[in-house]
Amino acid sequence: MSTNKPAFMQWLDQRLPVTNAYEKHMSKYYAPVNLNFWYVFGLLATLVFANQILTGIWLTMSFVPSADEAFLSVEYIMRDVEMGWLIRYMHSTGASFFFIVVYLHMFRGIMYGSYKKPRELIWVFGMFIYLVLMAEGFMGYVLPWGQMSYWGAQVIISLFGAIPVIGDGLTEWIRGDFLISGITLNRFFALHVIALPLVLALLVVLHILALHEVGSNNPDGIDIKKHKDEQGKPLDGIPFHPYYTLGKLPMIIVFLFVFCGVIFFFPEGGGYFLEHANFEPANPLKTPAHIAPTWYYGAFYSILRAVPDKLMGVIAMGAAIAILFILPWLDKSPVLSWRYKGWMSKTAIVVFALAFIMLSYLGGQPVTDLNTWLARIGSVIYFGFFLLMPIYTRMESTKPVPERVPAK
Amino acid sequence: MKKLFLSLILSMSPLVALAAGAAVELDHIETDITDKASLQRGVQTYMNYCMACHSLEYARYNRVAADLDIPEEIFAENLIFTDAAIGSLMQNSMSYDDGAAWFGAAPPDLTLVARVRGEDWLYTYLRGFYQDDSRPLGVNNSVFANVGMPHVLMELQGLCAEAPHAVSDRRFDPLTGNLITDGGCENYAVEGSQTKAEYDETIYDLVNFLDYMGEPYAKDRERIGWMVFAFLAVFLVIGQLLYRELWKDIH
Repeated sequence: MSTNKPAFMQWLDQRLPVTNAYEKHMSKYYAPVNLNFWYVFGLLATLVFANQILTGIWLTMSFVPSADEAFLSVEYIMRDVEMGWLIRYMHSTGASFFFIVVYLHMFRGIMYGSYKKPRELIWVFGMFIYLVLMAEGFMGYVLPWGQMSYWGAQVIISLFGAIPVIGDGLTEWIRGDFLISGITLNRFFALHVIALPLVLALLVVLHILALHEVGSNNPDGIDIKKHKDEQGKPLDGIPFHPYYTLGKLPMIIVFLFVFCGVIFFFPEGGGYFLEHANFEPANPLKTPAHIAPTWYYGAFYSILRAVPDKLMGVIAMGAAIAILFILPWLDKSPVLSWRYKGWMSKTAIVVFALAFIMLSYLGGQPVTDLNTWLARIGSVIYFGFFLLMPIYTRMESTKPVPERVPAK
Repeated sequence: MKKLFLSLILSMSPLVALAAGAAVELDHIETDITDKASLQRGVQTYMNYCMACHSLEYARYNRVAADLDIPEEIFAENLIFTDAAIGSLMQNSMSYDDGAAWFGAAPPDLTLVARVRGEDWLYTYLRGFYQDDSRPLGVNNSVFANVGMPHVLMELQGLCAEAPHAVSDRRFDPLTGNLITDGGCENYAVEGSQTKAEYDETIYDLVNFLDYMGEPYAKDRERIGWMVFAFLAVFLVIGQLLYRELWKDIH
């Protein structure tokens, strides 16, 4: 570093690797020059995470985690706390947008093979983030103590009861009671505001450390570290900061337009982000006519319902999530990006994405014969995508990957 | 566990049937919570006819008075029928247990009912009572079958002799062009003090008020939303300029 560094920075650098860390992860972390639109969602996920933490802190100041007062305190936040409605809508909308950006982020990884060697650990850490996020979202949804909070929790937790031998004991242990009750609410509050966010933050750090160790992938799946200039800087790399931070401002602002559009004009998200039935306080004696999980669990809920047997359904649902973890070892293709893969991989990815969207939608729909069959077809496609991957990625012929990032 | 799951499904089946039965055609209205006069008439109807059984316990009297441009003294004098202070939550004196004993199900709080049921459901429901001597209170409802609620607004609407039709059922004789059926209630078993059109107006105002009640800050929300959009628009221009400045060396 130059010698005209301020005295304070020199003092600090001798005691803490501030400049060092800044250069390693920001100004001298070289990202491929050809990162496209799809590469903004990791940054956006970080932004939404910050939003959830900040609004969450303010919500916690007024929320009362007890069966008697939880619903009341949420309406107190919405009506009596200054700008409380804004904080709450930012948080509730943020929850859905967290999943939207994470799904797009994961899809990016699938398209460009970002999970493949040497980035397997990044993918695995990312999957743990996703898993914790699902738990976090589920527990957060229980806290307002509305009808859907209560009955959704009842249905989801009862799934653990399908596990042989330990099932009943396990559900009781999770609930802390024979039914969902204030005890459940209290422990979910503790997990939602302290335990899981801590785990999430730690996993995000691991995710990024692993990424910065091997470097970012790119839409062409080219290893930019193969060609460096005399100073050891990748020829096709540019500093992450400021090009992919400040340089991403337009995209971040476009995202904020959508995000704020929902917060200020459609906070219920058409009943998908805040369900209508959840504006009614939890009533253990009155089962709602139609219990649906929030949209972001829809695909897995569909897979659960597609299997006639409950235990097998739970296993299928668990397998649907578990199989994502081993994705890096299922893809046998010599190339990373779908741009250089064969037609079979391309078709598989598109059909898989469509099936996932369909399953997510069906998860919120009532059970009919047609819906059940559609969910079964979707489930077969879902598993087929992964289980057949070792076969079709080996069979197909791939295009040669260029050495350097192609000029536009 | 299987038993619980099964009983859960079984216990849901009558409700499913009920929900399916409730899938009658709803009359559509466009509420307008900026129409203060309508909201004022709505709160007047609510306080006089509904409040004794249905609290609005997440809202406060003074907030409603301020939002609806009603001076606090006038509000307290004419619309608060308990000894509640103007700043208190809008509760009533019916206990949950009493309500459950008297009506079969305790009358729910209605602060958020518009967000649960929707405006069209409320508008149709409140105009959907009809005479049914098989029911304990002698009335039934076309939207909410076998509801435990009496027809509280009977002195205004009167009592319809049979289940009212949807407004879209309005039909004309193809030859003469005369109105055959008007939709809504056709024959009254008991006459009320209001005409059909007047009663529809009363219910419109009441539903409008409940819509306001569900989200009293809705207009603030939209107003601030436009300001946020304006800020983002300016920010986008700056962001775009910054982007161009940065990337011009790269491409």
